[in-house]
Amino acid sequence: MTTLSLFSGPPPAAGAESFRDHTQRLGHRPRGDRALIDTLDRSGLVGRGGASFPVGVKWRSVQSRSRGAAVVIANGAEGEPLSRKDRTLMALRPHLVIDGALLAADAVRASRTLLYIGEAHGAAAAAISRALAERPPAELARLTLLGAPPSYVAGEETAAVNFVNSGVAAPLATPPRPFERGVDGRPTLVQNVESLAHAALIARYGDAWFQSLGRHHAAGTILLTVSGAVAKPGVIEVASGCSVDEVLALAGGVSGKARAVLLGGYFGGWIRADQAGSMVLDPSGLRAAGGSLGCGVVSVLDETADPLDVSARILQHLANESAAQCGPCFFGLRSLSAATTRIAARQADNGDLPQLHRWTAMVKGRGACRHPDGAVAFLQSALNVFEPEFVAAAGARGRRAS
Amino acid sequence: MAQTELWIDRTKCDGSRLCAELFPERISLDDWGYPIIAPGPIPGSLMPHAQKAVDSCPVLALALRRVERRPPPPPAAKPS
Repeated sequence: MTTLSLFSGPPPAAGAESFRDHTQRLGHRPRGDRALIDTLDRSGLVGRGGASFPVGVKWRSVQSRSRGAAVVIANGAEGEPLSRKDRTLMALRPHLVIDGALLAADAVRASRTLLYIGEAHGAAAAAISRALAERPPAELARLTLLGAPPSYVAGEETAAVNFVNSGVAAPLATPPRPFERGVDGRPTLVQNVESLAHAALIARYGDAWFQSLGRHHAAGTILLTVSGAVAKPGVIEVASGCSVDEVLALAGGVSGKARAVLLGGYFGGWIRADQAGSMVLDPSGLRAAGGSLGCGVVSVLDETADPLDVSARILQHLANESAAQCGPCFFGLRSLSAATTRIAARQADNGDLPQLHRWTAMVKGRGACRHPDGAVAFLQSALNVFEPEFVAAAGARGRRAS
Repeated sequence: MAQTELWIDRTKCDGSRLCAELFPERISLDDWGYPIIAPGPIPGSLMPHAQKAVDSCPVLALALRRVERRPPPPPAAKPS
């Protein structure tokens, strides 16, 4: 069932594909123009950074404002703790990412192109850096490598813009959004590196080819990071439209008994194991259904783990990763995290569980970026999926359950 | 058509609470003292209160914005 597209070519053990091999295998980078944006529209490619927004629409929003002065930021910050797919892609197929960045720059008529790579992702940054040295001088001159700080919000698109402008990787109030006014006030496209790599192949093989890779009307392939209670955790490429069960089989199967699956990472949500298996992984379809594949994280929670403890630790991480700019996010997530931690420790105050529900609604939509929204959506999913455990633990002060 | 709405720069707001005192018809406070702004356009009859709330903000986080009703722009990507 494996469909390879980004990872076609040499096996992972061979390391980064060289520019010579890349060009021999895929030919030269085609033109990046307005016709490519139309092709991207038809391909059904949606962004792979987490928001699943249609790539063609995003490129056009920058292209139409560009006047030849736009900026492209290839986003390889990958601050999601459970995700490895972007750094793996950059380490193995750096030239696909670079091709995609240059195609985007051509298509939106950008005068500046930045490769914004997580500074903690050493192998990925090294592969990109070596790949740049292999490119023709004319291309090299157009590209700037930039280290992204190792924080959760550094990859948020206004934070990326803010970092380039001021050296602070904290989100900005919107509007204006980057496509309106971004780096140096210019229209700016911030696009995840996996999305750019897909675009580099779509530019070569067309939208019908990309569509044909997916199943059940889903388009293309997706990179996933599978972790938790599976035999072979790691990054895999699968056909869009495949099921969670198929993904878990590819990852060597569940070790032990699965309790729940975290889909989409810290910004995603828990799904009961008995409901997760048949779920279809289609970024556009999930987005249309109000869900999200996020950045492609699939993490399996074993039955022996305490779901409240795991959830409390994730929430604590998200609270700590607030940029501390917006009061409702900083104080709200801190309060939510503290109450969740008390419940998980079976040390809850009477009001803690009702407060979680109240604060979840209170915090939503009240940050400059969507960090608080992602955090409360995650907590909401925990409250739904582990409701009996939350209720039991909230009333179990001083008695350690299980 | 253009309407006037309250807009807040959450990165600037430091919870002075003055806006909620001056414009309680549309602004309440959350448990941490930060404003919750009721959605929707400000009718003309409430504009003086809204303007007072805006003018009172010590960090200029609150603004009145003319907004055209139009399809929403692309959303910001979440961190990956």
